[in-house]
Amino acid sequence: MSTSTATPDASFTLDGEDVPFRPGETILQAAQRAGHYVPHLCWHPEFHPHGSCRVCTVKVNGRAGAACTVQAAAGLAVESSTDELNAHRKTLLQMLFVEGNHFCPSCEKSGNCLLQATAYEAGMEGPHFEEFYPDRPVDASHPDILLDFDRCILCELCVRASADVDGRNIFAIAGHGIDTHLVVNSPSGKLGDTDMTLADRAASICPVGVILPKRRGFAVPIGERRYDVKTVAEPGNQEAS
Amino acid sequence: MTTLAPLYPTHQPRKLKVATVSLAGCFGCHMSFLDIDERILELIEHVEFDRSPLTDIKHVGHCDIGLIEGGLCNSENVEVLRDFRKHCKTLVAVGACAINGGLPAQRNHLDLGEILQDVYGSRTGMSAGSAIPNDPELPLPLNKVHPIHEVVHVDYFLPGCPPPADAFWRFLTDLMAGRTPHLGHGLMHYD
Ligand code: SF4
Ligand code: SF4
Repeated sequence: MSTSTATPDASFTLDGEDVPFRPGETILQAAQRAGHYVPHLCWHPEFHPHGSCRVCTVKVNGRAGAACTVQAAAGLAVESSTDELNAHRKTLLQMLFVEGNHFCPSCEKSGNCLLQATAYEAGMEGPHFEEFYPDRPVDASHPDILLDFDRCILCELCVRASADVDGRNIFAIAGHGIDTHLVVNSPSGKLGDTDMTLADRAASICPVGVILPKRRGFAVPIGERRYDVKTVAEPGNQEAS
Repeated sequence: MTTLAPLYPTHQPRKLKVATVSLAGCFGCHMSFLDIDERILELIEHVEFDRSPLTDIKHVGHCDIGLIEGGLCNSENVEVLRDFRKHCKTLVAVGACAINGGLPAQRNHLDLGEILQDVYGSRTGMSAGSAIPNDPELPLPLNKVHPIHEVVHVDYFLPGCPPPADAFWRFLTDLMAGRTPHLGHGLMHYD
């Protein structure tokens, strides 16, 4: 069964199927490597787990935990795609949608967006909750990069990319509770006052439509984009960025 | 051999009554609905249209299914929606605007008074004496645009801007067959 360095008994079960793992891997890492889909938003294979969106919550031997932070261990019984967990995931997604302003028809990320694709997969037909319609002005100060905060889900992937890969620390999360929001580390708080470039990893990491290159629209028509063609659950299609 | 007459009178199932309306929408959802093309002939074997832009009936009667396009941007929208809810057994929010306000809701972070003043009062090129329309016949705009589920209970959501014709078809055929509508990948779209 095992082609890696894992010992033959180094496996856990995910919804009843054996999943081998390598020492040090989390449940989500091992599951994805084996071709399984565990819904997630703030996790990305290139970065340290953050464990904040909770969309990857699974039950490990009956106890809830984020699959992106729980270490794989031999013999664990992990449940993921159960009616109960999927219903919770849908509720989390609905809360993320109403907290921001997600008007997909006018969003350049539509069809390539991890939040949207995850909601499709979760069968989220409507928002259920009341819309917040928060007021979050756009930052268009940078010559090449647009920030549309309406769509931020606070996944901190840009924070991690800018700090860990680009070495620039351009983004941070400020405030708490419902006032939690993304900020730009510059004297004016504007992106135009930073040395960010389009080549930065932070410029391409956003899984939703916040950090977008300017002057690029409809290069690929709606209906032919990443998640129009294949679902987010398919191996190789689980990351939007 | 003679054919026996059925013992009981055969039962023709009653046609389902369907009403449709566009509130704060652009009629794009209705146009997409009509894109089911010749399948509309099959549809009218099973349904009868009540109030709808297709029939020009002005008041909604008792219906099985009500399809609502568009959100709520004025007081008349709210009245019509409540009337639909009262008369329809199953109410469906159709399209992005009915579901989350959509394009009209982009005005929600602006002050309504200022918008009206900008558009009817201070815009360049306006003729002298232009003023904000105030005919009592005009429904009053709401301060903010709202999706319909914030005002009445909604039974189903059919997303898309507009939902593709095939999504309408799948949704309605599921509903008419007594199944929970399920769009699945390719028909479930928010854009
Ligand atoms: S970020 Fe994603 S979910 Fe939000 S508006 Fe854009 S496409 Fe839709
Ligand atoms: S801007 Fe994008 S990458 Fe950064 S926290 Fe918000 S959603 Fe995540």
